[in-house]
Amino acid sequence: MAEIIAGAAMSHVPAIGVAIDQGNTGDDYWKPLFDGFEKSRQWIADLKPDVVIVVYNDHATAFSLELIPTFALGCAAEYQIADEGWGARPVPAVKGQPELAWHIAQSVILDEFDLTIVNDMEVDHGLTVPLSLMFGQPDAWPCPVVPLCVNVVQYPPPTGNRCYNLGKAIRKAVQSLDKDLRVVIFGTGGMSHQLQAERAGLINAEFDNQFLDDLANNPKKAAAIPHVEYLREAGSEGIELVMWHVMRGALDDDAVEIHRHYHVPASNTAVGHIIFENKR
Amino acid sequence: MSVDQDYDDIPGTYVFDAQQSRRGYHLNMFCMSLRHAGNRDAFKADEAKYLDRFPMSEDQRRAVLNREWNEMLRLGGNVYYTSKLAATDGLTFQDLAGLMTGMERDDYRAMMVAGGRPIAGNRSKSEWNDG
Repeated sequence: MAEIIAGAAMSHVPAIGVAIDQGNTGDDYWKPLFDGFEKSRQWIADLKPDVVIVVYNDHATAFSLELIPTFALGCAAEYQIADEGWGARPVPAVKGQPELAWHIAQSVILDEFDLTIVNDMEVDHGLTVPLSLMFGQPDAWPCPVVPLCVNVVQYPPPTGNRCYNLGKAIRKAVQSLDKDLRVVIFGTGGMSHQLQAERAGLINAEFDNQFLDDLANNPKKAAAIPHVEYLREAGSEGIELVMWHVMRGALDDDAVEIHRHYHVPASNTAVGHIIFENKR
Repeated sequence: MSVDQDYDDIPGTYVFDAQQSRRGYHLNMFCMSLRHAGNRDAFKADEAKYLDRFPMSEDQRRAVLNREWNEMLRLGGNVYYTSKLAATDGLTFQDLAGLMTGMERDDYRAMMVAGGRPIAGNRSKSEWNDG
């Protein structure tokens, strides 16, 4: 039987990808950020998951205003790395896991979560920066990936509660696949940041740390945060945090927090990171 | 018809909602086209001519040509799209964010290193107006 054994959340700031790609992770500016991921890289190298589900958002890359799926599940065998305007990141193409992805699609749609199924999609920094943070710079990513792309660019994104419950439906789907797969799920984006207009640069460490506490200890409370609170307290782009609830919903209620890291800034953004394991 | 929204009171922020998305469709799709290197070259060769491909309003055209970044947002632009225009100009996302605040580049960077713009005093338009 397949099972979700652990989950992690992390920010996916593009500048983090640039720092990795250009070999700047040891600089004074970047070192404190990357130090907080050393334990994480060792953790996932030891865990050796068979598949990672990555919940992320596309940043006007594969999807534009022509087509705005609220939830899009990648069911392809491979995903190419996108040129986002600066050239494509020099990272390996991402292998998919179509068997698990299609199984999740069938299961959650019948569970009344009407996902969009995607067979051809380029992936941007939203997906590749988390892979780089956790897996470093391998010639090929160590395991296949199921991308779950969430709209957070066009307001309104799905509610935190909807994301949390989708996580639960994904967990049920994974558990009903008759195949021995150890699955890890990433929730990405956040934490507080605003990239636009006169209030750009907003950071709210108090909000972020309370969010991390609630995500760990009271996930239903965290999932109930209304959109206007993210916009006001965490900045207009901080609303990406809804994606973390998919990850948390896919884990056991009593999953154990085993690592946490918080750092300001990466470019315009507060970086948060947390890892949970389900009890055996 | 425009309806008051619970986020209207947040200062210095344009929420990319239905109204803004309808207003900015062609502006954003112009920006989207710059994802491709060939289009970036064509735009740089003759900006006004390139913009003729997109049925934008005169105000939107002017904002693009003058690089009025906040005006683009007011006219329906979304920052993930306008950042592609910034990238075409060789600006980083941090440069773009700094420009929109009206701060000098180094001052904005220093603010971020020092912990960013604080939330206190930045929650409500009334807090900005009083300042």
